Amino acid sequence: MLRLEPRTSPSHAMAIASPVIAAVAMLVTGFLLFRLLGKDPVEAAYIFFVKPLNSSYGLGELLLKATPLMLCALGLGLGFQANVWNIGAEGQLTMGAIFGGGVALWLGDSSTWWGLPLMLVAGVIGGMLWAAIAAWLRTRFNTNEILVTLMLVYIAQLYLSYLVHGPWRDPAGHNFPQSRGFADAQTMPLLFDGGRTNWGFLFGLILAGALWFFSRRTYAGFRLQVAGLAPAAAAYAGFSEKRNIWLALLISGATAGLAGICEVAGPIGQMQQQISPGYGFAAIIVAWVGRLHPIGIVLASLLMSLLYLGGESGQMSMALPSAITGLFQGLLLFYLLAADLFITFRLRNVRTTGQPDQAPAAPVAAASSGGPGATPLESSP
Amino acid sequence: MKRSRLLGVALASIALSVGALGAAQAADPLKMAFVYVGPVGDGGWTFAHDLGRKAMEKALGSKVSTSFVENVPESGDAERVIRDLATKGNTIILTTSFGYMDSTLKVAKSFPKVEFYHATGFKSASNVTIYNSRMYEPAYLAGIIAGHMSKTGKLGFVASFPIPEVVRNINAYTMGARSVNSKITTKVVWVSTWYDPSKERQAAEALIGQGADVLLQNTDSSATLQTAQDKGVYAFGWDSDMAAYAPKAHLASAIETWGGYYTKLAEAALAGKPLKQTVWGGIREGMNDLVNVNPVIPETARKIVAAKKAEIAGGMQVFTGPIMGQDGSVKVAAGKSLTDKEIDSVNWYVEGVEGQLPGQK
Repeated sequence: MLRLEPRTSPSHAMAIASPVIAAVAMLVTGFLLFRLLGKDPVEAAYIFFVKPLNSSYGLGELLLKATPLMLCALGLGLGFQANVWNIGAEGQLTMGAIFGGGVALWLGDSSTWWGLPLMLVAGVIGGMLWAAIAAWLRTRFNTNEILVTLMLVYIAQLYLSYLVHGPWRDPAGHNFPQSRGFADAQTMPLLFDGGRTNWGFLFGLILAGALWFFSRRTYAGFRLQVAGLAPAAAAYAGFSEKRNIWLALLISGATAGLAGICEVAGPIGQMQQQISPGYGFAAIIVAWVGRLHPIGIVLASLLMSLLYLGGESGQMSMALPSAITGLFQGLLLFYLLAADLFITFRLRNVRTTGQPDQAPAAPVAAASSGGPGATPLESSP
Repeated sequence: MKRSRLLGVALASIALSVGALGAAQAADPLKMAFVYVGPVGDGGWTFAHDLGRKAMEKALGSKVSTSFVENVPESGDAERVIRDLATKGNTIILTTSFGYMDSTLKVAKSFPKVEFYHATGFKSASNVTIYNSRMYEPAYLAGIIAGHMSKTGKLGFVASFPIPEVVRNINAYTMGARSVNSKITTKVVWVSTWYDPSKERQAAEALIGQGADVLLQNTDSSATLQTAQDKGVYAFGWDSDMAAYAPKAHLASAIETWGGYYTKLAEAALAGKPLKQTVWGGIREGMNDLVNVNPVIPETARKIVAAKKAEIAGGMQVFTGPIMGQDGSVKVAAGKSLTDKEIDSVNWYVEGVEGQLPGQK
């Protein structure tokens, strides 16, 4: 009988290696899948994972698509470390876009230098306020933040829908639910010509450094870590649980809000009903694949971004269905969770010994002596 | 003087060599790419475009080679997909959803040699051509059938976005029904999406719950029709023939047939004279139709529909007065018709439609 047994000491090296193992397993499965579909797997792998990157425009798009994933995942990762489960980054992203975008529409055609910074600040505040609702309910009424943050996603999206259908609708847009385009002064400066990558990506990198510093080098960051690793110890040390919850949710709300304003002031350039194809949710996978570590998250966001681009490339060049992107994302998460399971547990073939009535004693003894040292008793030294 | 002549000669020779280059490449197939808002298997809008693509491929054989990208959101992603297709050497790119308009125009600016065709928008450019189909014509015919089949006198409409293209279909459906029974009213539920079967289903359920017994939708899936069958009421197929999804509830399908137009525009491009004219065809031009009329519909009603269809094919304009607005005021006087420009900017409901257009005061 197969049984999962906890390991006495989970391997630290494997904890870092498991995303790599998951990525390799994903590739191997993809390889087999392409073969089953009758496509040349080598060509498919090339088109999926290499072709999107062999032009400067493609590389730029990789960074552009990685930006919102990275921003959201960095904040989420910090919260997850502290056992605060904000899964509503999508809603905080939407609120960030609404606050920042509202400033952009209010500014209209004016080209002041402070317009864009004000939009970014407004976006951050929007995301923080939305996460603060969950923080307040959790600390005041002990409400489950998983449910609250998730449900606030739909409220934020409906509010955005109301705004672009009504007060913010472009009068010259034939009633289509979208606002006027933002003026040039109210759009994110590009990092290089000929692409669409904007300053948002730099914000992501800076934030990754800042959050690394925060969680490894500051007392507040240390308290968050302890709260996640050993809640009882944190309580014993007198660390306020409430303060940790507020901090984790406000930071993750802020980064998601920044992602939202960077999207609408970046590649979208106006307010519209659909501003994110689920970046806030995909960022949860990114945070886990990145091991909740800022550097890991930066790399994981690039990988996730590549899966989106590869899916499009596969459609264009090999007529693969668009579902391939979701399939690869699912495979990656599945293998990661599986790999993580085996870091803390091991699979053992345990022989059941509690059936003396049915089996005569002699064959059991013969069988156990036949196996070289695999009796269940040996596992407890 | 002399210099400008020299310049002229130089330009002419460049033009000639470019022309020769074009001729040399004529042996290569014409590369055409399609951008779809839903999955090709939506059974409706995107499916119809894909049928058009396949019909064109069949007609032109090895002279064309096509590709498509499905499920492209009408957001920041559309621009990348369209640009990628342009850099991959496609010389004709068809973007088949209203919300791709600005992305298409943006990309078209940096690829002046690529011809872009955008379905149903209202902004064009030197290399961006608009095409659309007058779906209000089959919507009107569907309305006539609904007028005969409704017992409650209440029709339902699952609507996507309050753009003129959708509003006029609601109007035409209601007008068709009221030409049979002037007491009929239409309820509208907006789902704010082109393709989301679960939202479309919820909207259909809400309409049926309020007594609507013949539904039409301006969304891309067959969810409305299937919901109608589950609840024992009638509905129509839209964009594609949806009879197979719910044969009992299905009264008829208002279909789009893009194959002819796609073949024509590919042939024109192969001949070196790409089509640049805005195209807005209907039953007469063979760009749409009402098909697969269910035999449960009384013979008399079917005859009326056939006669009206012949009239429309002969040039009859659906939006011909007298047409009343919601408040009963005359919107179009007897004997007058809305111009194409008016049809393409309509933002009011006709008499019989209930509720308010979103965002209208």
